[in-house]
Amino acid sequence: MIRKAVADYPLALIALLLTAYGIAVVYSAGQTEVPNAAVANAWIRQLTWLAVGMTAFLIVTRMSVRFLEWAALPAYLVGCGLLLLTLIFGTGAGTAESMKGWITIAGRRIGQPSEFAKIAVAMMLARVLSSTKLAPKNLADLIKPGIVVLIPWLLVMAQPDLGTSLVFIGMFFAMLFWSGASGTLMLFAVSPVISLLLGGSTGLWATWFILLLVVVWLVKPYVVEGVVLIVANLIMGVAAPVLWGQLKPHQKERLLVFLDPSRDPKNSGYQVTQSRIAIGSGGWTGKGYTQGSQKRNGFLPEQHTDFIFAVVGEELGFLGVTLALTLFLLLFLRIIRVATRASDSFSSLVAFGLAGSWFVHVIVNVGMTINVMPITGIPLPFFSYGGSFLLACWIAVGMLVRISAEGRGRPGELGLA
Amino acid sequence: MSLHPNELQRRGSSAAILASIALGVLLAAFFRAQVIEHAEFALQSDDNRLNEVPLPAPRGMILDRNGQVIAENIPGYSVSILSPKVDSLRATLSRLSSILPLSDSMIEVVVKRHKAAPARPAVILSDASFEQVSILEEERNRFPSLVIQAAPKRHYPDSQAVASFVGYTGEINEAELETEAYKEYKPGQQVGKAGLELQYESVLHGKDGSRFVEVDAKGRVVRQAGAARPDSLPTAGPDLRTTIDLDLQRFTATLFDSTMQGGAIAMDPVTGAVLAFHSAPAFNPNDFIGGISNRKFQALRTDKRKPLYNKALQGTYPPASTFKLATAIIALQSGVVGLGDRMPEPCRGSYKFGNRPFRCWEKKGHGSLTLAQAIEKSCDVYFYQLGLRMGLDRLLEGGHKMAFDERTGIDLPQENRPGWPAAADYFNRRYGKGNWTNAVTLNLSIGQGENDQTVVNMARFYTALATDGHAVKPHVVEKPVERTKLFDLTPEQMAGLREALHGVVSTRGTAASAALKGVEVAGKTGTGQNPHGPDHAWFVGFAPKNDPKIVVAVLLEFGEHGYLAARVASKMIERYLKAAIIQPVNVTGG
Repeated sequence: MIRKAVADYPLALIALLLTAYGIAVVYSAGQTEVPNAAVANAWIRQLTWLAVGMTAFLIVTRMSVRFLEWAALPAYLVGCGLLLLTLIFGTGAGTAESMKGWITIAGRRIGQPSEFAKIAVAMMLARVLSSTKLAPKNLADLIKPGIVVLIPWLLVMAQPDLGTSLVFIGMFFAMLFWSGASGTLMLFAVSPVISLLLGGSTGLWATWFILLLVVVWLVKPYVVEGVVLIVANLIMGVAAPVLWGQLKPHQKERLLVFLDPSRDPKNSGYQVTQSRIAIGSGGWTGKGYTQGSQKRNGFLPEQHTDFIFAVVGEELGFLGVTLALTLFLLLFLRIIRVATRASDSFSSLVAFGLAGSWFVHVIVNVGMTINVMPITGIPLPFFSYGGSFLLACWIAVGMLVRISAEGRGRPGELGLA
Repeated sequence: MSLHPNELQRRGSSAAILASIALGVLLAAFFRAQVIEHAEFALQSDDNRLNEVPLPAPRGMILDRNGQVIAENIPGYSVSILSPKVDSLRATLSRLSSILPLSDSMIEVVVKRHKAAPARPAVILSDASFEQVSILEEERNRFPSLVIQAAPKRHYPDSQAVASFVGYTGEINEAELETEAYKEYKPGQQVGKAGLELQYESVLHGKDGSRFVEVDAKGRVVRQAGAARPDSLPTAGPDLRTTIDLDLQRFTATLFDSTMQGGAIAMDPVTGAVLAFHSAPAFNPNDFIGGISNRKFQALRTDKRKPLYNKALQGTYPPASTFKLATAIIALQSGVVGLGDRMPEPCRGSYKFGNRPFRCWEKKGHGSLTLAQAIEKSCDVYFYQLGLRMGLDRLLEGGHKMAFDERTGIDLPQENRPGWPAAADYFNRRYGKGNWTNAVTLNLSIGQGENDQTVVNMARFYTALATDGHAVKPHVVEKPVERTKLFDLTPEQMAGLREALHGVVSTRGTAASAALKGVEVAGKTGTGQNPHGPDHAWFVGFAPKNDPKIVVAVLLEFGEHGYLAARVASKMIERYLKAAIIQPVNVTGG
């Protein structure tokens, strides 16, 4: 397919603005009263990674959508392979000390494969979902895409990296939605997870289960489907307390502290409490760039990575927060536009999947800083310090720009249906 | 997937709306925290970074009646430490112990102080030496959580000479913090622990100020907070003007040489102003400032001569013959005797009561004496008979009326209550009915037996003798005069008693060696029986006889002879009266 590529400048510009904003905040995060060399110089390394990211971006924009579709399977296999390697040879770092998220060679951490795996999974999932011209109709249709996500999800959970696993789930449902799956089907697909979550409380779970039975009775799916659904929910409801017992103490603590940060104000809850104080004390316009006292005096944890958005809130105030969230919203709207106008279902799904992935990142990370989401330790795209993630983000931007370039002027113009 | 354009457009719109709502909800959460609840979070943020460092107020100075300094403040340094956690505190302290002499037990004390008030700097050294401060300042970078500041330090220039009434200061303890009186106080503050420092703590303390330092999460001091929360400057406590005559006080202290122990009080018989107040041996109050070392404190505690026990205020001793005036007054008031009356049995060295002889101190005997002569000679046999004549009940009742069972209410803490039986029933309860005889009356008549008086209460009693039968409440800090009528005698009787007391301190009396040239001293010696060792020596008196300016009470533990106490007293009188003539008392004082 030979087309004159028209670069999606607004998309690239939004991504560039977010990255610039992010690096400025990473710089500020290093400005503390008692300097920490690693954090103070993080912005320089982040700039270096940006250069790498831009290079990757330019290369990726040269890759056609057909090539990407062809590359989906190899990328997926490599991605899962790397996740497996990480599980075996990985090391932890920072807040994620107890996880095995990094691949380390000769003592140097060279990256978090899960960041690239997210893109690979989006590609693979898009390939599977776009293989038919029909939307998934029943649970059986979800088996293949389900397996595509389940494998990396299990590998990530085994690290254990709760945040990234959430991203996979979010991406899966975003892409199901985009492929035209009905709300009921997605409800059925997600129902065992809800049973799992509610399983802790018999009353809640029972209510949910009865509700589900009513829906099944109304929708009247295939008998097999209905039975599988009900059995799955039963099993999950019963398994929940057992699995809760299997969770690592720090995971349990994170969930409990999310519900009540004051239960542990000096440790897990401490981070959230200090983050909220930082954000709340920022007020309308903030304490001034680099001037945040919570950050400067070390009360704010992980100020250059997981809690970087608290620095935005503290130093640039509600206005700075509004600007950042507006940029993210513009990014999402732009990607939705790209997905809507994509030339084919594969690229449309990839675009929407990437947006879904970032969306989960933004909501969970930003929500965590202000205690509307649990602490899962997932980074904020374009902001949080981290080389692999910035690189992965710009690879994704490259793909999106390419998809946009190959897309139609207006939806339906090419008459593909 | 289904890629129908209309459907795609619809899903795109749904996704856009969902994204907008989700980010809108997040933004609303930020609005709530940053705009609506901003003030509360701003406060928490300031509380996080700003630590209050107390600025102790300089205590009010304690001055003598002429404005001479008894207690003052000299420059000192305190070293304290900020720490967010006990673990890091211990770690820092153990590193500090390479520089400062910090024992493990001292580290525990600091940890305890930290736990009592985690947000405030825990005091490590409340009185650091200049050398220690210099070393710490050099090592400043290694210990950024240290707070080193100038702290006024209490100093008593006359040290031991003023210890008995001025007391000392020290760090407030947990027990004190729990009491109502100290509810405004915070751990680590210095408070009065004894004497005037304790009695007038609320006056002397002043108002502590505070400054704020900015600290990081690890308790490292980053900078002075400056305008974020302005410092509040401490207000010094007002000076406390006492009635003490520092010259007489110093002189009194010198009269007790290293072998002597006991108490001495000099006071104005009319106003109750305490001119001198001493207990020997005295401790050095400066040792307590900044925390006394355990070794020194144990030495003071185990010293057999009990330097921490105030012999003028807490010590109670049988008043012995100094009490005979009380016996005489009770008898005179009840009309059983006149100043010129003699007792049926002349003194032959002892008095036989029942089968038991009760001895007079003068083995040779005094012969037949009038009451006035009996006072002069301190004849026991006369007073045995006088006591029997008026009876136990009258004696006990009279003693009660003259407040021999009451504290004087002097403005010093820890005054002990003197002991005087309330009624004859006391003996029933103590010995059982019928198990005691009128021998107790004989003993009480001469100031022995169940009679334990403080030095300050005996001085108080003699202010009534020195004036018109009104005793005055002693006070160390200027106060309105509070006089209580103890007895009612005719002017002739008063004059007669004074004459007799003057006779004591004359060639005729028991304290002849205490007589002064040019000053008529009136007073009474006493030798109190002491089951624990040599007798205690007493002298209580006043001078000049006809216009008393000073009442003095002296007790020498194990002093054996009353005249030894009388010599101390007469030297005090001499010093005061001479000084009063040469250097008129500064009446603007107080």
